[in-house]
Amino acid sequence: MDKLWLIIQREYLTRVKKKSFILITLLSPILFVALFTIPVLVTVFSEKEKKSLVVRDDSGIFVPPVDSTANVSFVLAPEELPELKRTYKLRGFDGLLHIPAFQGNSGNLKLGYYSEKQLSLSVVSFIEKQVAEQVEAKKIKDAGYSEDVLNSFKTDIGIEQEELAFNDQGELVETGKKSSAELATAIGFIAGFIIYIVLIFYGAMIMRSVMEEKTNRIVEVIISSVRPFQLMMGKILGVSAVGLTQMLIWMGMTFLLSTLMTAFLGVDATAMQPATMPGQAIPPEELASQTSKFMEVLTSQNWGYILPLFLFYFVGGYFIYASLFAAVGASMGDDMGESQSLSLVAMAPIILSIILISPVVENPTSSLARWMSIFPLSSPVLMPARLAFEPPLWEVLLSMVLLAGSAVFFVWLSGRIYRVGVLLYGKKATLKEMVKWTFSKE
Amino acid sequence: MENNILRMQGVVKSYGDFKAVDHVTFDIPKGVIFGMLGPNGAGKTSLIRIITNITKADAGQIWLDGEPLNSRHPEQIGYMPEERGLYKKMKVGEQLTYLARLKGLSAAQARQELGYWFKRFDIASWWDKKVDELSKGMQQKVQFIATVLHKPKLLILDEPFSGLDPINANLIESEIRELAQKGTSIIFSTHRMEQVEELCDHIVLINKGRNVLEGRVGEVKQRFKENLFRIEYGSELPNEVEAAHSIFSIKKNEEQALTVQLAEGASTNDVLRYLIHQGVEVRSFNELLPSINDIFIRRVGETVGS
Repeated sequence: MDKLWLIIQREYLTRVKKKSFILITLLSPILFVALFTIPVLVTVFSEKEKKSLVVRDDSGIFVPPVDSTANVSFVLAPEELPELKRTYKLRGFDGLLHIPAFQGNSGNLKLGYYSEKQLSLSVVSFIEKQVAEQVEAKKIKDAGYSEDVLNSFKTDIGIEQEELAFNDQGELVETGKKSSAELATAIGFIAGFIIYIVLIFYGAMIMRSVMEEKTNRIVEVIISSVRPFQLMMGKILGVSAVGLTQMLIWMGMTFLLSTLMTAFLGVDATAMQPATMPGQAIPPEELASQTSKFMEVLTSQNWGYILPLFLFYFVGGYFIYASLFAAVGASMGDDMGESQSLSLVAMAPIILSIILISPVVENPTSSLARWMSIFPLSSPVLMPARLAFEPPLWEVLLSMVLLAGSAVFFVWLSGRIYRVGVLLYGKKATLKEMVKWTFSKE
Repeated sequence: MENNILRMQGVVKSYGDFKAVDHVTFDIPKGVIFGMLGPNGAGKTSLIRIITNITKADAGQIWLDGEPLNSRHPEQIGYMPEERGLYKKMKVGEQLTYLARLKGLSAAQARQELGYWFKRFDIASWWDKKVDELSKGMQQKVQFIATVLHKPKLLILDEPFSGLDPINANLIESEIRELAQKGTSIIFSTHRMEQVEELCDHIVLINKGRNVLEGRVGEVKQRFKENLFRIEYGSELPNEVEAAHSIFSIKKNEEQALTVQLAEGASTNDVLRYLIHQGVEVRSFNELLPSINDIFIRRVGETVGS
């Protein structure tokens, strides 16, 4: 037992002390935060592209909007087009906009723009929107309606879901629990992806490390001191501690960075929007109500149920795949290149799971979703993806029992393959040989 | 008091249909350098892996220092496999401490033993170096220290000189001798016969999973001697001597030297008496004992034949 502990310590310390580990661990959250903050910072701090345009309006409908915050300002000019083309620059404008005359019922209007410089996409859509609104208003007026009447036709639709429950007597019990398909979908995707990435990343790490010990020829030295199973378990547990350390550091840094950001920038990281387009900003009060609604749904999720189960699937999946990857690593020859096909055997079920995550989350009650989240090789990814949709208890329990049993089975199986595989040098093992090793004597 | 460090009785190990070790029985006395010889694929490594507890025998019994072999014994054994190596990215001091602790030493004991070996090999400056910063020869020294650090009762060296440059081979050889003098029992497995004659007191010869021959080196040679003698002489050799003779037959006739085989019942004195009588001026007279290599080839050839 104390030897297992020694192995865990070595596996842990050699990885954690590596420069690459420290670098990746420290830089990843910074990169991640940067991914979200830089667009915001760009819009907050960058000098806005202010344009002032002179407008020649042949249709006679355009009224320059009076909005000082807008990035584009319009000034009507009475001169003819050729005259304006010559003089717009001298008069201090950035460009000349020409609105041609048009028929009242025309569905198509081409504006002309003359300038030395091209317009950016956002300015183009801003101008189009301004003109379109005024054209629409004119058409409504021409047709004899008032704008109020038209606005009254518009209705903003949104579905607010509330969960109901029935007690044993079949009576309705109000839960007051708000649910949201969007949120459940988001939770499903995030949970599934986190587990997928961890399984692939740390699985590959274990596989590489087993292969390294084999090609270095140190493995026989080590297993003349400890059982091969101890070496394998020590590696699996040591690497899991590395992963845990990384997660904890990331969680700590995320908390620290978001606190700092809120304090210094006055930007709430949780409510941050990707870069907003000019003219499309959501009014602050609407944003606030959206955010509070989001928070309400978020907090009404059953985290006390989801998080421990997430952890369970995380651990179960880790043991299955870590041991499988260890067995594959032990069966490899000295040639790293030919290892690909064998590692695909361990990889295939995880890749299949991540391909299925989208159909499962979109249709969490389908029989595909049900059975793939019960099947132990895909359940570590697919059951957490379904948890926010609250699958039936029997499915969760069955899936958990199968996962726990399979984890024990795969650790045992891989231990058998590992013990023979690490001592065979030179050539890659075939699947048939691996099966034979499983049942061979010690 | 147990006189044998290791006793093996009817040890069998098969992989599928292949019998790697087939009823091997022999004893290894304490404090000797014991040569385990055999061609490649004879089953030496399989046997060693059983002794080091890496695999288990299918049948048969093994005692280490009088106790049936068990899972605590690896701490008393030092094993340098033929396929050996170290963690390349780990520092020498850290790595040796780790390997010693896996053999049951405490951190303090490991440090103390390492102090001794680092001083002995004059390599104190290597402590913080990574293994892949060392030359091949330096790595071999580190590997040797890793094998003997925990003061094993039984040291098993599988082809210890393969890949060693002559300087390191000499160094390791003298270390092996010194450890043997201090009472460590050593199994030295090889297919290189000349090393065996230089180093070993006892040998066992393994072929096709069986032990075909064992004993003290001198005694084995006596057993396999063919009563060959080499005679150097001055003067001319009379013609009668060259003819077939009832006392001896001539195996080889070189310039000023004869190799003869004694006839059944004849003694060395008979030969000398005869030669002197013939007026041959004998300068030297030596018995030719077979080399281990000759014995090996003869025995293996025989077993191949049967």
